[in-house]
Order: sequence, then C-alpha cells, then structure tokens
Amino acid sequence: MNDFVEAFKFIARDGSVPGSPQLPSLLHLTGETLKVSAIGVAISLVLAIPLGLWLGHLHKGAFLAINVGNVGRALPSLAVLAIGDAFLGLGLTVVLVALVLLAVPPMITNAYLAVDGVDRELVDAARGMGMTGMEILMRVELPLAVPLMFAGIRTAAVFVVSTTTIASLVGFSGSLGDIIANEASYHFYGVLGAAICVAALALAVEGALALVQRAVTPHGLRLADRMDAKASLGDAATAGAR
Amino acid sequence: MTPLVVTAGPVIPSYASASSKCVIENHVFCGDWISHNWGPVLWPALRQHILLTLVAVAIGFAISMALALAAHRLRWLERPTIVVTGILYTIPSLALFELLVAPVGLNVVTAEIALVSYTLLILFRNIVTGLREVPEDVREAAVGMGMTRGQSLLRVELPLALPAIVAGLRIATVTVVSLATIAYAVCDKGLGVPINTALGEGPFKTELIAAGGLAILLALLADGLLVIVQRVLTPWVAAGRA
Repeated sequence: MNDFVEAFKFIARDGSVPGSPQLPSLLHLTGETLKVSAIGVAISLVLAIPLGLWLGHLHKGAFLAINVGNVGRALPSLAVLAIGDAFLGLGLTVVLVALVLLAVPPMITNAYLAVDGVDRELVDAARGMGMTGMEILMRVELPLAVPLMFAGIRTAAVFVVSTTTIASLVGFSGSLGDIIANEASYHFYGVLGAAICVAALALAVEGALALVQRAVTPHGLRLADRMDAKASLGDAATAGAR
Repeated sequence: MTPLVVTAGPVIPSYASASSKCVIENHVFCGDWISHNWGPVLWPALRQHILLTLVAVAIGFAISMALALAAHRLRWLERPTIVVTGILYTIPSLALFELLVAPVGLNVVTAEIALVSYTLLILFRNIVTGLREVPEDVREAAVGMGMTRGQSLLRVELPLALPAIVAGLRIATVTVVSLATIAYAVCDKGLGVPINTALGEGPFKTELIAAGGLAILLALLADGLLVIVQRVLTPWVAAGRA
C-alpha cells in the first residue's frame, strides 16, 4: 500500500519528482492526453457516424459495417502504432491515424446497427406522413438510434484514451503515458500515479459522454434507464452474432 | 592469431552473420529474417500469446458464468455487476497493468488478472442477455415436462442461450488477443516482446509487421474457430434460417 501512498503524493505534487526539476507537470500531460484524444475522436466521428447512419438508413452494407467492427477489434493498438512509426515516423499525425483507425470501426458498426434496427413500421409511418428520406433519417431514425449509437462512441472514446497513452511506449511524447514509459525518471510511484490519472481520465470521459448521451436522448426513450441497459446489451449480442 | 579471437568469442547466436542486405537496409519485409527467427523469436512469442489468451478467456468465462447464473436468479445482482465490470472494462490497459504491479508484482499473474478483467463485462452481459431471451413458453414447457430448475437451466435455457454466449466469447477472445500485446510491459511474454524489441532497433520493420500481423491473424483465426464451434453446437440456428 505504501506504493499507492507515494503515488497519491506524486499526484498531489502535480507530477514533480524531487531532484528532477525539468519534468512536465501532471496537469499539463493530462491536458495533452485529452487534447490528442479529443482530436482523434472528433475526426473519427466525422468519418464514421454519417457513413454508419447512411448505410443503416439504406439497410445496405451490413457485411461491411459489421465486419469492419470485428476486424477493428482485432487490431492491437501497440502494433498499429509501431508499424505507423516504422513507416511514417512517429508524430502527432501517425498517432491520430492510429486513433482514427481504431475508433472508426466500433462507431460505424454501432451507428449502422442502431439505424438498421429501428422499427420498420415507424419508418413506414413517417414515409406515409410524407417525410423524405433525409427527414426520416434525421427526425425518426437518428433520435431512436441515439442509445446504441452512443454506446459505440463511448467504447471508441475510451479506446482512444487508452491508445493515446500506449503511444508513449512507441516513443510518442505528449500524454500521460510518457510517465508510465519512463520509470527511470519518475520512479515506480510516478508510474503508478500516472496510471491512476489515466484510469480516472478514462472513467471521466466515459461518464461525461454518458451525460451527453442522456442530454441528447429524446424524452420518450428516457422512460427508464432499463432501455439504455438493454440497448448496450443488444449491442454486444448482435455485433458478434451476425 | 586471429582464429583464437574468434573461438574465444561469447556463445551468442550471431544474427549479424545471418543478416541479409534486406535486413541491414531495413526493407519493408525480409522473408529470410522470418525463416531465421521463427524458431527462436516469433514462435515462442506466439505460443505465449496463445496461452495468455486461453487462460484469460477460460478464467473470465468461469467467473462470468458464475456471476451470470447468480444474477439470473437474483435480478438485483445484475446492475451492480454491470457497473463494476464496466469500470474494469473502461480502465485503459496500460494503466490497469501498472496498477496491478503494485500489489501483485511484475509477473504473469498481473497480466492475467488484467486480461481477465477485460472479459468480464462482455461475457457477463452476453450470458445474462442470452438467458433472459429464452422465451417464457419454453421455460414453462420444461417445467411442464417435470424438469427441475437445474435441469431446465442445463438442458433448455443454456443451450438456447448459446448463440449469445458464443458471440460474447468471440468478442472477449479477440479483445484479449489484442490487449495481450501490452502484457510484455509487466511479464515479458507474448507478441508484444518482439514488437518492443523491433521498436528499439530502428524500428525494424520486418519484425513489427510479422509480430503485429501474427497478433491480428491470431485474433481473426480465433474468431473464425469460435464461429465454427457455434455452428456445430447449435445446428438448429442454421436450420431455422434455411
């Protein structure tokens, strides 16, 4: 337990190590981690969500949308980062490419399944009311797809935070992983302190996104959070079953 | 006098003598390096990787099955189990490995605990969903035939839940294969070892592609095997579709 006491002291000192004045502060590295992760998630959202929603709306490309998720899960972040490093040289660009590569698959799969799974009778009713395809997607399918779609975004975001820290093992500098990869300068208590911060950061990101999800979920769907639980359960079961 | 110097050299396999022009110039992929290093480097790492994965998935499955059966009887257990396993699932791998080093140490047990903890949420959710989605009529029919609760569970409900359970196993296995590449940080085992070596050597592209590729192939192969297992165990699913 002594290790943990020292680790919390390290956190309380904002990441300073006695005798090594030049190290960046913990707050700064946390900010950097968040920044890199946020850029990665943002790019992935722009690429994946419209595509997933559109494929789901057309009920086309099931094979692509679902298998991209399965293959994406099989990509080890360390290997993706290392190969990117070997061929393109490690910088922010390569890290972002890796983040996008790992975050896009769960987003596409879930966005697709979310829209694809919307009750066809509701879509027919909307069409009967004279809605165009775009209106149906934006005003009927998208709101109903929020819980399942967000489950994918949350998975991807946590994945991105995790991968951003792993980037430090490959040699990228500018995340909390820097401390974990550099036990020589930070000692074990620093590594442990950084690990605690990374864990807290990931949980905070997940929690924040859960709140966003609540805010954008239509009232009717909020009836009970059972709905939410069911949606994420369905996600796991269907994503693998097909 | 030169022959004496040669015979007095340390007994270390000289990779340099076996290195081709391709290896020295670090070309994209050197087949000769693979054939020289399959035995001493890649195969042991792959074997360790498979073992890490099998042990983690087996223990994870046993724990999840016990938790799921308990939650199947006592519904109130489901929520807290989802929350706790969800937190474990959210903690980034590198952080979780380091957090476990403090109490457990730098060894394979640390790696296994971390890997097991990533399977729990996926397996628990899928087993519980699978059991819950067994139609009430079927359950009643089992009771009507004079089955006890245990018999009904073992002979009726679990078989019907198999597709969801195997779907969970597929996701869990692929996830563990991917995460086990980070295990080298705490126990020097698995395909992360050659990836880490290659990073320190340039980075050496052939080794990165070989080790990363093996991890991806292993994940896809395991996924495919589980699909076959499911087809064999649940012939009625395919029959129902036809």
